[in-house]
Amino acid sequence: MKQDFKILGTRPIRPDGLDKVTGKAMFGADKSVTGMLHARILRSPHAHAEIVSINTAKAEALAGVKAVITGDDFADVENSATRYTMQNCMAQGRALYDGHAVAAVAAVSKAVAAEALKLIEVEYKTLPHVTDVDEAMLPGAPVLHEGVKARTLGDDVSGNTVGYYSFGHGDLETGFSEADEVIERTFKTAAVHQGYIEPHACLADLGGDGRGELWCSTQGHYMVREVCSEILHIDASQLRVTASEIGGGFGGKTTVFIEPVALKLSQKAGKPVKLVMSRDEVFRASGPTMSSSIDIKIGMTKAGKITGAHAKLRYQGGAFPYEMVMMGAMSAFAAYDLEHVQAEGWDVMTNRPKMISYRAPGAPMAVYAVESVVDELCQKLGLDPIDTRLLNAAREGTKSSYGPTFKAIGLVEALEAAKAHPHYSAPLAPNTGRGISCGFWFNFGGQVSVSMAINADGTVSLIEGNPDIGGSRASISMMAAEALGIEFDRVRTIVGDTASVGFSDVTDGSRVTFAVGIATIKAANAAIKEMCKRAAKIWDIDAEAVEWVDGAAQPTGHNAGDFPPMSLAEIAATSGKTGGPIAGHHEGAPDKAGVSFGVHMVDVEVDPETGFTSIKRYTAFQDVGKAIHPAYVEGQIQGGAAQGIGWALNEEYIYGEDGRLQNPGFLDYRIPVASDLPMIEAVIIEVPNPGHPFGVRGCGETSIVPPLAAVANGVAHAIGVRMFALPMSPPKILKVL
Amino acid sequence: MSKIHVTTQVNGDAVEFLCAPDETLLDVLRDRLNLTGAKEGCGTGDCGACSVTIDGRLVASCLVLGAEVEGSAIETVEGIGTADALHPLQRHLLEHAALQCGICTPGIVVAAKALLLQNPDPSEEETRYWLAGNLCRCTGYDKIIRAVLSAASELRGENA
Repeated sequence: MKQDFKILGTRPIRPDGLDKVTGKAMFGADKSVTGMLHARILRSPHAHAEIVSINTAKAEALAGVKAVITGDDFADVENSATRYTMQNCMAQGRALYDGHAVAAVAAVSKAVAAEALKLIEVEYKTLPHVTDVDEAMLPGAPVLHEGVKARTLGDDVSGNTVGYYSFGHGDLETGFSEADEVIERTFKTAAVHQGYIEPHACLADLGGDGRGELWCSTQGHYMVREVCSEILHIDASQLRVTASEIGGGFGGKTTVFIEPVALKLSQKAGKPVKLVMSRDEVFRASGPTMSSSIDIKIGMTKAGKITGAHAKLRYQGGAFPYEMVMMGAMSAFAAYDLEHVQAEGWDVMTNRPKMISYRAPGAPMAVYAVESVVDELCQKLGLDPIDTRLLNAAREGTKSSYGPTFKAIGLVEALEAAKAHPHYSAPLAPNTGRGISCGFWFNFGGQVSVSMAINADGTVSLIEGNPDIGGSRASISMMAAEALGIEFDRVRTIVGDTASVGFSDVTDGSRVTFAVGIATIKAANAAIKEMCKRAAKIWDIDAEAVEWVDGAAQPTGHNAGDFPPMSLAEIAATSGKTGGPIAGHHEGAPDKAGVSFGVHMVDVEVDPETGFTSIKRYTAFQDVGKAIHPAYVEGQIQGGAAQGIGWALNEEYIYGEDGRLQNPGFLDYRIPVASDLPMIEAVIIEVPNPGHPFGVRGCGETSIVPPLAAVANGVAHAIGVRMFALPMSPPKILKVL
Repeated sequence: MSKIHVTTQVNGDAVEFLCAPDETLLDVLRDRLNLTGAKEGCGTGDCGACSVTIDGRLVASCLVLGAEVEGSAIETVEGIGTADALHPLQRHLLEHAALQCGICTPGIVVAAKALLLQNPDPSEEETRYWLAGNLCRCTGYDKIIRAVLSAASELRGENA
């Protein structure tokens, strides 16, 4: 593995930065074209209702209205997952949650579109609803969809229970019998939203011949193309999707909510259609993450050894079948080397918006519950929380609780760094508590395509297919420059549209820097091979007798001849005469992403009069393999920590008895603001991932996993009472004081 | 509904537009003047992505009507610095890697500039409270606050 780097580890200014600080960057809602219409969506005010009829005649008759659509305008699709996505974009027959789309309008202006929505007459027959996960699992609960219950489950749970998973090994009974102390607790966590600042937005233009252009804010424009072409029954090749700059996603933009609607309206009206969600719509109708109800039982010896561990995770994922509790069950005990362990999970449907991934989806709530019980055990047994975690920590060679045996991992290094950090020994003020938690995320590889052109002037144009959500064009340019041996600013990386480079999976799973990085290095190697061939041709020697060193071709060995090194720029300059353009490309599906562990430490102060918790100090340690651009790695760690703090203290979807969301706005759904947080110190640990030529691991998601328990443990120590539900908002803390 | 004729100044240039009585300044800027630097993150004044100044006063342009700005001077992010001559705030935001997705950045630039005009030497706490109306979901604010404080320091001539 490469160890000494010229460019990796430096902090160049990101290539797209200038446009973003000057307001030039084009996000989803920033594009307009001549003759375009504006669309709006009508949404159900009911948690669960049969749509008896929809009368669109009056809306259609309004001057300026060019198209009105309902669920009837969408033909069925074969694939059930795509059908659920389609029916989430536009209800068919039943409205399944407050905010579910029931009709849409395209008109000459936003004002006319809004007026037209008022003229659409929908007759609803309300049905019983359920929004709580435990209630939704009870036999007799209103069932969202018949016939999708997990086959292995019996009559003790309702038909909303669409998935069951179990991971682990050993024998729990033996494990708990070896313990000196066993603690069993039940936890609840609220659904939270990804909270990206940019609402979903798109501009669609679909002709009657099935050829279309779609501009949208998404984490994966290839995914958008596949799903939309299936829903619209057109060829993938005929729909070109261009990803706009994306104003945050965190998993929330890994599916479609409005794109098929805009395309259908455009098809019907024969004009381009712009569709932008309001913030209210983002909260009510785009996907939050799951809420949860969790039982944890852990046994520990007096010395701190965990002897047995059992988790039961019940996740609520909204109005359609989904699979995500599996990730929670796999993550729950990943940090520990355990002999007797089991994690079970149930996926449950309710009358809420269909869940979608949120940064390390499924892991934060599971790990919150586990790390809370570990902390309580340490408290009860008088053990040091870091030493206890070190004693049980997973390391290279540990058979993980979810199956695979870990390769090189950095949990022990992160824990040791935390223990040695001055934060850990700093004195605590009154009403203040210190919390610790581990966290884990798998990271993914996935399908990837990169195309790299060596230009005649010695610069490099690189096209990749993953929307850049947090600086990946910078890190990819850095890896290209490192691999080619040229300066960073000689490379320009762009995110191509779906017609310009091969398929690429969505920007998720902390996969982009890892997977696109590997493809970039392999594309560079292909270009290098060609450049060596050109040099050999010029020198009239064997291509095998040329090697690439520090950005230049040079003869290898004494027999090859004595030629001065020929730089990339020199070879590129004559490429027209030595065989034509030089390029490299790579398509693949790298799968050795390398898991990532983190440890967070936080000091919280709880005001005994108001119940308000303030974060006084925060330090996050994370193994990232190799930090390409350390500033953006720190940014990922800090951003995830802040989101986790919000999840722990304030953020929640609040539903009333009527099943309607009560806080669909940033005023009542309170994400952390600048004055809520201190500086967040990010400590980068580098234990190279053996599955990447530069040692890179994904680093974007792990950081949201530890904060929930770190904050909860801090609060428990500050107030002397442990809470078992998130968020720990001031009124809830006041209640237990 | 008849439109209202408004004469105003945007980023130093005289501008005239017609707008509906209920049209926000944000919509006027974005839809009529093609200045899409100000973003609509919420439409209710909670996120700060649409921040602009009117006669030097920091406002959420989604809460101002287009018809209200007759005779005033508006500044948007497009009026602050150019590629060749960035405002120190913009340069420090870049150097500190203080943006990830960048959707909140225009609002941060506008709001932070307004802060430094009023208070050239803000404390970290003052900066955090001033920017509490500008939501950022990516960064945890750490690098943004550092960038604003170091830009302030440069503007005071302390680390030129």
